[in-house]
Amino acid sequence: MTRWAMVADLRRCVGCQTCTAACRQANATPPGVQWRRVLDMEFGEYPNVRRSFVPVGCQHCDNPPCMDVCPTTATRKRADGIVTIDYDLCIGCAYCAVACPYQARHKAMRAGFAYGKAMENETKRRDDTRLAVATKCTFCVDRIDDGLARGLRPGVDHEATPACVNACITQTLQFGDLDDPQSNVSQLVAENQHFRMHEELGTGPGFYYIWDAKEALR
Amino acid sequence: MSYPSGGYAKYGPEPWQQTSWDWRAAGNFVCGGAGSGLIVFATLAEAQGTALALLMLAGLALVGLGLFCVSLELGRPLRALNVYRNPLTSWMGREAWTATTLFPAGLAAAWGVPGFAWLAAALALAFVFCQARLLQAAKGIPAWREPLVVPLLVTTGLAEGAGIFFALAPWHRTGTLWLLFGFGALVLLRVLVWLAYRRNLANPIAPAATAALDRAGRALQLAGTLAPLVLIAAIALGAVSGAATAWVAAVAGLAVAAAGAYTKYTLITGAGFNQGFALAHLPIRGARAE
Repeated sequence: MTRWAMVADLRRCVGCQTCTAACRQANATPPGVQWRRVLDMEFGEYPNVRRSFVPVGCQHCDNPPCMDVCPTTATRKRADGIVTIDYDLCIGCAYCAVACPYQARHKAMRAGFAYGKAMENETKRRDDTRLAVATKCTFCVDRIDDGLARGLRPGVDHEATPACVNACITQTLQFGDLDDPQSNVSQLVAENQHFRMHEELGTGPGFYYIWDAKEALR
Repeated sequence: MSYPSGGYAKYGPEPWQQTSWDWRAAGNFVCGGAGSGLIVFATLAEAQGTALALLMLAGLALVGLGLFCVSLELGRPLRALNVYRNPLTSWMGREAWTATTLFPAGLAAAWGVPGFAWLAAALALAFVFCQARLLQAAKGIPAWREPLVVPLLVTTGLAEGAGIFFALAPWHRTGTLWLLFGFGALVLLRVLVWLAYRRNLANPIAPAATAALDRAGRALQLAGTLAPLVLIAAIALGAVSGAATAWVAAVAGLAVAAAGAYTKYTLITGAGFNQGFALAHLPIRGARAE
């Protein structure tokens, strides 16, 4: 089996937002809709303040609450763990948006453009099937499927890897098959201490946050 | 998150009020619950003839109004029939199927077909239960996913329906003193469920959500519970008699219905804060603290 997953090494992220820009470029999302975004979080009080940059987005959960609540079956989970949305089935009720604990779902009612009027590239890539329906990160599923069809390895070969991972300047983001013990993500998870966001809700996120090396490996 | 005008959302680790569901979704919970409660109470009151027909039609109209409200929120209303595709796991799908069976049963009851009033009442109860489970399945919102939201929505729906039943009492002239006591017990049960729900939410929700719920809670306890119970007690103790009884019961009913509606509206539009983002551990960088 295959379980595609993403790993974010929080020790590496510098908050440059290149992943956000790459995602927006690859998926042509309108202004304000960021399938991959980076939170700038501060903790503590002066002078003991710490700062952390946290990439977030769809966690492609094992038990996605968005899928269970969807009345139309537009949201589905593939055997490889990727949660998808069929834009032709979605009625735009936004039930999935309130069911998602990661605020990963977006619904844009009208086409939006960076400078008010559509630029040439925005006109070319305009996709009205994604208006008034729920949208979210797909792990760049089309790149993965196309890459696999060409014998490439997602997470290793760039053409088969999500755009945000390719663009990450610090290698914070890594993508791969969690069911393959030799994959980059499996090894990162095995060698480091990690957590998953809001894990107590039982969603089983497919997005791992590394925060420290395992004690024995320091 | 929704961007009705293509505007920018506020992102951040702190919880913020969800923007996906607004008054239109709240309207479904308010009207759907009250309509279901009215159908149930009209059946329990054993209303007959024109009174039963009008009460059933009023209940169905409220349920229909709620569904109309929520249809205004659909991004793709022309595909609305897709809502029937997933009753296996989706409470919204189940709500749609239940509503679809409730309407013919209610119309048959209004037409006077024997036995259909009880069927309609059972389906109305199922409908309000679906609504309650629908809200509880929204895992992204702490104030909604709390398990006690289910009995809260069911009791508020029934109490509001009963409130409307008694608000209309001067016209339909059905209902007994015992039914009025049952109404009082339901109002009491509603506030007890509210207090238990509120106690369970003591810690994990955003302060602004807590403040909104407390505002609604005060209205529910004073205008929606204390005032109507005083009026019901006045009737029970004989302080009110004759034709005035129905009017006093009507005022109590209106207060119960209005306070319940305000509470549910607030729950959706004022207490719908997500839980933001949280890190279980901070990243360890550079030198370690000794």
